[in-house]
Amino acid sequence: MRVLQRFYLVEVLSGVALTTAHFFRNMGRHAAHALGKKDARGAVTIQYPDERRPYSPRLRTLHRLVRREDGSPRCVACMMCETVCPAHCIYIVAAEHPNPEIEKVPARFDIDVGKCVFCGYCVEACPEDAIRMDTGILEFSSYTRGGMIYTKEALLALEPAGPDGRPRSPIPIPADRTP
Amino acid sequence: MSLAADLGIAFGRVAFVMLFVLNMGGLLTWVERKQSAIMQDRIGANRASILGLRLFGLFHPLADAIKMLTKEDFRPARADRVLFGLAPFVSVFFALTAFASIPFGDTLRVGGREIPLQAVTLNVGVLYVFAMLSLGVYGVMMAGWSSGNNFALLGGQRAAALMITAEVAIGASIMGVIMVYGSLNMMDIVRGQGTLLWGWLPAWGIVTQPLAFVLFLTAGIAATKRIPFDMPEGESEIIGYFVEYSGMKFGMFAMADFLETVVIAGMTTSLFLGGWQVPYLDAAGVRLPWGWTWALPHLLVVLLQVGAFVLKVSAVIFFMMLIRWTLPRFRYDQAMRLGWLGLFPLSIANIVLTGLVLLLWGGRP
Repeated sequence: MRVLQRFYLVEVLSGVALTTAHFFRNMGRHAAHALGKKDARGAVTIQYPDERRPYSPRLRTLHRLVRREDGSPRCVACMMCETVCPAHCIYIVAAEHPNPEIEKVPARFDIDVGKCVFCGYCVEACPEDAIRMDTGILEFSSYTRGGMIYTKEALLALEPAGPDGRPRSPIPIPADRTP
Repeated sequence: MSLAADLGIAFGRVAFVMLFVLNMGGLLTWVERKQSAIMQDRIGANRASILGLRLFGLFHPLADAIKMLTKEDFRPARADRVLFGLAPFVSVFFALTAFASIPFGDTLRVGGREIPLQAVTLNVGVLYVFAMLSLGVYGVMMAGWSSGNNFALLGGQRAAALMITAEVAIGASIMGVIMVYGSLNMMDIVRGQGTLLWGWLPAWGIVTQPLAFVLFLTAGIAATKRIPFDMPEGESEIIGYFVEYSGMKFGMFAMADFLETVVIAGMTTSLFLGGWQVPYLDAAGVRLPWGWTWALPHLLVVLLQVGAFVLKVSAVIFFMMLIRWTLPRFRYDQAMRLGWLGLFPLSIANIVLTGLVLLLWGGRP
């Protein structure tokens, strides 16, 4: 240690000078912000529920099932996603579609988000582009495991996120289903 | 009638000091959060609201109090029942009473009465504050001992060692001030700081005793048991004396630290920063060094002086908070070395130096 450092006082004062400079610079910016200069920011804080940082368009968020024009799912119940899913969180029951042109339709399409690892393999595996992870919804939680299961109806109702990455659908209320 | 008025005045003096110290202590929780946040480019606690009104997070002390009061008040099975309950009260009591002899204004003259603006007029006021601060450590030691927890006991022991270290340095550094102003009465010391050196420089303690000021402030920060001298509690890794406390009892220990901060700030103001003195303002009005005068009414002068005292105390608290949020914690041995090999010898040297200067100059400024 240098002699000056052994005395503490000089080092303490230089540290205090740094923090004081930060204090008054940020206070000035806060004051400028309060007086109407809205681009002056005294803090780097993003006040989360009120403000959000922009999400990347590639961000994998809660799944949704893409609809056909008549509102029925585009999914043909080929089981590709269920097969590729490393977490085994997708459960599909197939049924016949009334239109003979279309192979099948899922009678049930449940995703247990509590198990999902958000790898996005299901989106890549889908030959029909029927499942996407672009809702922008991140805040899904539940007090029970059953509440983390999203059914076909809930997944079909979801909209893709807006251009700023914000969700356009409301966060689905967990339907407390038994797994 | 006269007795009732006397009682009322005495009550008013005590109430002013009590409310000032208690409110400052409560506000310090807010100041601590907000000041640290602004220093660290954050916003700080701002979510507590009443009917949507947030007021920069000023309701957080209130929310804290409600939280503390509604928490479980746990007492370990092996704790000493009486001492465990008594310890936080002892801590807060002595921190509160210490402010009593610190003057917050000059003598107020109303209706033929002369009211000294301090809670208690003591001719040994400096020693009184000093004694109350020293007694405060008993609460800490009692907490450590009575918890029935060895970690708490060690924390209490560290607190006692730190307090003794700090008290010795505080006592020795105050000595220089007492020698210069020739009194143990806080009011007299503050009055003595109203004179001018060489006709223009206010003879504040920081001018006549610069070394003692640095030593006293360092030792004072150590006496508050806060960072950078917080090894009695060491909340993040080493375990402190109030580890077994919860609820409002825990809150009282936290409050005692804040109250001690206010007391140390008040003492620093009174001894070194001229107390309630406003530069170039005396009882008659403003009197500038080159002879320009401006007469002011008595009540306005007293108000200005009380305001100056509050402002100075707030500034010292601001500085203490700056230190608290700038420096990391001293290790136990480092704090002991700083106290016994740094502050203590330097304050003794300051006494000798002050004595020599007073001898050579032949008297007091």
